[in-house]
Amino acid sequence: MAIRLFRKKDESDRKIKIPEGMWIKCDACLEIIYKPEVERNLNVCPKCVYHFRIPARERIRAVIDEGTFVEFGEEMESVDVLNFTDTKKYVDRLKEAKKKTGRKEAVITGKGKIQGDEVALAVLDFEFQGGSMGSVVGEKIAITAEVALESRLPLIIFSASGGARMQEGTLSLMQMAKTSAALGRLSDARLPFISVLTDPTTGGVAASFAMLGDVIISEPGALVGFAGPRVIEQTIQQKLPEGFQRAEFLLEHGMVDMIVERSRLKATLSTILRYLSGSGDR
Amino acid sequence: MILQYLDFERPIVDLENRLEQLKRLDDGTDKGVKEEIGKLEKKIGKIRKEVFSNLTRWQITQLARHPNRPYLLDYVNLCFRNFIELHGDRAFRDDPPLVCGFAELEGQRVVLIGQQKGRNTNEKIQRNFGMANPEGYRKALRVMKMAEKFRLPVITFIDTPGAFPGIGAEERGQSEAIARNLLEMSHLKTPIVVAVIGEGGSGGALAIGVGDEILMMEYSVYSVISPEGCASILWRDTAKAEVAAEMMKITAPDLKKFGVIDRIIPEPLGGAHRDHKAAGDTLKAALLEALLPLLSMPIPQLLERRYRKFREMGAIRRKAGGAA
Ligand SMILES: [Zn+2]
Repeated sequence: MAIRLFRKKDESDRKIKIPEGMWIKCDACLEIIYKPEVERNLNVCPKCVYHFRIPARERIRAVIDEGTFVEFGEEMESVDVLNFTDTKKYVDRLKEAKKKTGRKEAVITGKGKIQGDEVALAVLDFEFQGGSMGSVVGEKIAITAEVALESRLPLIIFSASGGARMQEGTLSLMQMAKTSAALGRLSDARLPFISVLTDPTTGGVAASFAMLGDVIISEPGALVGFAGPRVIEQTIQQKLPEGFQRAEFLLEHGMVDMIVERSRLKATLSTILRYLSGSGDR
Repeated sequence: MILQYLDFERPIVDLENRLEQLKRLDDGTDKGVKEEIGKLEKKIGKIRKEVFSNLTRWQITQLARHPNRPYLLDYVNLCFRNFIELHGDRAFRDDPPLVCGFAELEGQRVVLIGQQKGRNTNEKIQRNFGMANPEGYRKALRVMKMAEKFRLPVITFIDTPGAFPGIGAEERGQSEAIARNLLEMSHLKTPIVVAVIGEGGSGGALAIGVGDEILMMEYSVYSVISPEGCASILWRDTAKAEVAAEMMKITAPDLKKFGVIDRIIPEPLGGAHRDHKAAGDTLKAALLEALLPLLSMPIPQLLERRYRKFREMGAIRRKAGGAA
């Protein structure tokens, strides 16, 4: 269910992690670009429109009206219920992730406004353990769906995850059922759910809430799929075609509604919300 | 069926073969042979007990994948009557690793859904090693919707290494197919009993695993990723699968403790593969015991109960110190 988070070692540096200096090299077009310009451009390469991975906080800043975001569930923390150790202890991995991100888990949840319309929002954070879904991520997603249900709000989830968190074993698998069940209730109440897929959205996150949007939007170039490319290559013993499991591939195969560039995302979300909202009251 | 043995079954099997030989020699005249048979039987009992009361999680994984283990279609013959298979997702094709149909369980009409592995090479290929494609999950959903429409309870049997990781599977939306089943099963208006009969491999297992009562055979496993897959990602070494199985705690008693499953179905001594009929009888009794109370439950209550069951799964610390 979980997949290898990084296909190549160097891919872990894809997210914007810039050494000293004001100039960085784009991972995609390899052009040298001016860092403040990239940041002003929502971390999209001004030369080739490559979308850098961004932390959850920045994501919220980019789509939610300033000063309207109210977080909930930030106190929830993972428990090492299996006493899990691989090459490192799970508790140590958690500690490191907390230190790195300043947050307790791999998702930020809350309420906020998009061009004046209130929404319930969950944003996965790839920087925290590869955005993997354990009990806390599952719980917070479910709570966000339930908040949307109680407050009759649309739900928006931004995914960025390698899948279920292996260190929490079968309980992490069950979060797929938990989150999907919560979305089922939202759907029964005719409240809209917009799923936004960002790079990467794979494994147990793709195979649960991320692919259940009434409308599914992907960022350009995002890797989206169930099985990891390496697992597929090993299974079928052949090389995968160029662009396989990228957002454009999903669009072509009918798995997402649209690909939207980061700069147009907020406006697009707002427009879609206006088409879908109101039905829940009738 | 060619009988095959796991390494840790070997000492028992060797003694059993000797016992067979002795029994053939025994014509009732030689007191020595009789004594020897008695001793050997005792010894076998003792060793079997020793081996089976100290199984590691990796050994249980091997039992769950045992080549002689009863599969879905074996249990169809052992526990059900009047099985009628239903084919196809009405959109792309029929997917043989996922079997659906009508069946009768002690006079109770049900819809039966489950993964089917193959016994020999040809069957294995035809059944894709029990790994379903999106159209398999979509067939299952189509049949579950029919069960809802005609008020038939659903029984699912889980036995898969996982959903198939292939190019076509991705093109046709493996993740969407699994996700859709999770959502739809969570509010399907008819009772659902789930039984893990062998391997419960990640999302491909859970895609038919959301229900009101979750049963697990004693020597089955249910995990977020295969021990080999986990070992390859976290240790970068598939040889660490044994450790990964231990770490992930994927056996029936583990999962009962974590509240993932409701009951454990005991298997015959030495495992279900040693006695298909006995395994079938116990499974059938457990299915009936799980299903009957659900049949009289009002649907809203049933759905609330099902929602709560999955809603409460997880281990979370909400404040410093306390865990819930
Ligand atoms: Zn570029």
